[in-house]
Amino acid sequence: MNILNYADAFFGDSAHWQDYDGIPVRLGEHVQYTLMALGIAAAIGLPVGLLTGHTGRGGNVLALIATSGRALPSFGLMVLMFILLGLGMAPVMIPLVVLAVPPILVTTNEAMRSLDPAPVDAARGMGMGEAQVLFRVELPTALPLILSGLRSAAIQIVSTATIAAYVSFGGLGRYIVDGLYQRDYEKVVGGATLVAGLAVATLLVFWAVARLAVSRGVRRPG
Amino acid sequence: MNDLFDMPSYLEHSFLGLVGLHLREALVPVLAGLVLALPLAQLCVRFRWLYPPVLWVTTVLYAIPSLAFFVVLIDYTGLSELTVMIPLAVYSLVVLVPAIVDGVRSVPQETLAAATAMGLGPVRRYLQVQLPIAAPAILAGLRVAAVSSISLVSVGMLIGNEGALGNMLDAGLKYNQPRLVWLSVISTAVLAILVDALLIVLRVWVTPWMPRGAGRGTRPVLAKGAAR
Repeated sequence: MNILNYADAFFGDSAHWQDYDGIPVRLGEHVQYTLMALGIAAAIGLPVGLLTGHTGRGGNVLALIATSGRALPSFGLMVLMFILLGLGMAPVMIPLVVLAVPPILVTTNEAMRSLDPAPVDAARGMGMGEAQVLFRVELPTALPLILSGLRSAAIQIVSTATIAAYVSFGGLGRYIVDGLYQRDYEKVVGGATLVAGLAVATLLVFWAVARLAVSRGVRRPG
Repeated sequence: MNDLFDMPSYLEHSFLGLVGLHLREALVPVLAGLVLALPLAQLCVRFRWLYPPVLWVTTVLYAIPSLAFFVVLIDYTGLSELTVMIPLAVYSLVVLVPAIVDGVRSVPQETLAAATAMGLGPVRRYLQVQLPIAAPAILAGLRVAAVSSISLVSVGMLIGNEGALGNMLDAGLKYNQPRLVWLSVISTAVLAILVDALLIVLRVWVTPWMPRGAGRGTRPVLAKGAAR
């Protein structure tokens, strides 16, 4: 049997589509974790990144945050939070947010600072205030890069939320972790397929958002 | 003090043994990724049309969660170190290819023309001019790849204790020993920071013409990378 047979058997079994352990429920949980963590991380990372980028300050601190955020082992952090806080939403959310803030924050800052200064100066010359410069010139121009930061954060969250199943949380990782324990390889492969599918779907969503939200004049060729 | 680093015997390693194992499981894939990325990136530089599709494929591959990648490989490579190392090599490759392509492309045309005028053939021009000038960008990519690889090895614990330092997480939960979990998290983070620092030192060492000081003159690889 190869992978495709396993996946086929998993998705063909109607029992996998029902009840609290059904695919719709697990998928819903995974999407919920992802949106929540991404929302919290964006609420922290975007404003700070925009402001520091706009004023051009705090670059060194941000570089430090980026490095230390990357060095933290997210899986270990999740187990640690689980031990410290027990069952609940916090032990999943804290590692996911800690993981997602650095890419959003640093990419947003970088996007703002790598802008062509000419249009920004032109906007000031036309009499725009700081807020107008920020929201009507800098933000739209920096949007492609900012979205790419959000995208890599979202991908990482989807990936790490899978591991949350090990410390007894829901989401699509349940199938992989339970399947491994039960030596039910069908389940493992089914779960892996779903998680990979969700990750690729996340990419597509961000691609579509970029198509819709980024002004035609800013879009890069290709 | 002795107690702190005592390991449950089923882990089959001392603390230092786990550290060594962790480094091997994390860094061998990065090296493998580098060895594969160099020719692939050179192809992308040489044939421009190749780069966009390669970028698409690598973006999708990078999106595949590590645990999903591991378990799909179990069918082929079993519950072994290799099952952890193959995905890490792929992730490293994905981070390194754009870093190398950008680095090599950033070499000014005049520099290349000067090298050719001095009589350098394509191979020597690549080795002696393009690669050294691209070195800061390549090393920035290596830093991201190495650090996230170190963080990801721990996930290998889930497929039958192949996670080196990450194996302590499971042991800590099973035997209710928070000490092991703390030890795992802190030692993994310290390992990542040390390797990162070593790569910075390496960059200063291989690019003596660059101004000293962290990262000046190089643009960090941001959009991609970062740990998962």
